[in-house]
Amino acid sequence: MNMNSRSQLECSAKSERLHGSGGARLLRYFAIYAALWKNSVTRETMFKGNFVLWIIVELLWFGLQLAFIGVIYLHTETIGSWTKWQVVLLVGASQFIQQIYQAFFLVNCANLSELIRTGKLDFLLMLPVNTRFVVSLRQVDLGGFVNALSALAVMVYALWQLQFMPTFLQVLAFLMLCVVGILIHYSLMFMLATISFWTVRAQGIVYGYYNLFQIARMPDEAFRGLFKAIFTFALPMLLVSNVPVRVLIQTLEHLRPLMLLLALGFACAMVSEWVWRQSVRRYTSASS
Amino acid sequence: MAALRKYWHVLNVGLQNHLTYRFNFLARALFGLLPLMAILSLWRTIYEGKGDEATVATYTLAQMISYYLLVTVVDALTAVNEDDWQIAADIKDGNISQFLLKPVDYLWFRFTLFLSGRLTYLAVACVPITLFILYWRQYFVFPPDWGTFGWFVISLAMTALLQFFLSYMMAMLAFWVLEVSTFIFILYAFEYIASGHLFPLDILPPALEQALYLTPFPYQLYVPVGIYMGKVTGSELVRSLIMQAAWVALAYLLARLAWHRGIKKYSAVGG
Repeated sequence: MNMNSRSQLECSAKSERLHGSGGARLLRYFAIYAALWKNSVTRETMFKGNFVLWIIVELLWFGLQLAFIGVIYLHTETIGSWTKWQVVLLVGASQFIQQIYQAFFLVNCANLSELIRTGKLDFLLMLPVNTRFVVSLRQVDLGGFVNALSALAVMVYALWQLQFMPTFLQVLAFLMLCVVGILIHYSLMFMLATISFWTVRAQGIVYGYYNLFQIARMPDEAFRGLFKAIFTFALPMLLVSNVPVRVLIQTLEHLRPLMLLLALGFACAMVSEWVWRQSVRRYTSASS
Repeated sequence: MAALRKYWHVLNVGLQNHLTYRFNFLARALFGLLPLMAILSLWRTIYEGKGDEATVATYTLAQMISYYLLVTVVDALTAVNEDDWQIAADIKDGNISQFLLKPVDYLWFRFTLFLSGRLTYLAVACVPITLFILYWRQYFVFPPDWGTFGWFVISLAMTALLQFFLSYMMAMLAFWVLEVSTFIFILYAFEYIASGHLFPLDILPPALEQALYLTPFPYQLYVPVGIYMGKVTGSELVRSLIMQAAWVALAYLLARLAWHRGIKKYSAVGG
């Protein structure tokens, strides 16, 4: 964070003590977040070449997933009841969710252990804003939005291949469920990141979460038994992208998975917040 | 003899360094089993949808699962893990200056560290991987005979060399560009799909499969697994091993060349 944003944060912090709460408070958080955005944009423009290269990397890996689906469907008609273009839609939707999540949260979650190791968290704790807010949203990864767009393009193409025209309501429901999915990923990964309050080398664990994204883009019917139970009820990876896609193309057979996704989204957020509070309570500064 | 003793010492130091990160290694091994489990379940569902005795290309379900289990084993034995980042960091931070003075060859120094990394990873990961294979044991095949196994071991050793030399070569980019990670990730992407990590290469359309054999990627993973499973035999076996050896030699030469070119441009920062 540079001095500019720091003073902006302090400015808006001061203004809170002047103006009361409610709407003004929300407005103030928006102002702070706008400052953080400005910062991130400045940072990205400093390394333009690198910015483009990272987008190419993400595109390649996305293409690779699609190629895998393509190869599999050379040899089969369906996976469970999922047809080829339905799975492409699923892979696209998971990529969309993952990239939006990445744009807002990933770097910040990964950096938490660094903040703790270097003692920089002290400074953030002292700011008169919600600490979790600053820690979670400090940096925006703009490339994530570009990659989310390419995921959307693939989804539109898949819908066209399926010759399915979703209604406005279905698209709206899909997008809202995507938000729930993003929040689940965020809650879980943030919880993992708070492990760094106990052991400093938690960055590896945070990146280990990446493997869960790979499960999220698999069709739910490919799993059964204990594995399915764990990744439905404990770490709801098999719900986060499967349910939105099923809602979008009307293949949701009954409401239970939908309810489960919403309930687990709520539960993950609560547990994650509780763990965070417990962890901060434990925090003793590293540097001083 | 004295030279070997020197690198023996490096190996020891490397082992101790790597052991500090044993927890990281374990986490990596455990987390890595999740997507593997997912892919295996996916294939099982596909085979069930096709009915009993179904095959995909030439693979039965058991062979398909064996394939992925073997990929996991070969990967644990030969994959480069952070060596490329470390080499790039050494160049960027000026740590390589000392090797220009010491009677230690940087390439073999790094190779020894790579070996020690693999040994540590094996020591830590062998328990979860063995348990995982035991869980799928009804699908795990053994090589048809000891001869095949011998060729597999030779191919495996060449795979490790090829993996290392290619990574070393990529890391040499650090002499020219500030940020090598994007380039390394781009190479990883190609390796991931074209070396047979995601699926066996012989389920591809034949023309595509043949085209892949013009690249070094199949020799980084698919070839030793194919040999083990008895899919590569006779004159094809001989040709594969010769090609693999050629790629190893070429990668070695390119790695050396990149280093010499880089050193000429290199000016130590800090030091």
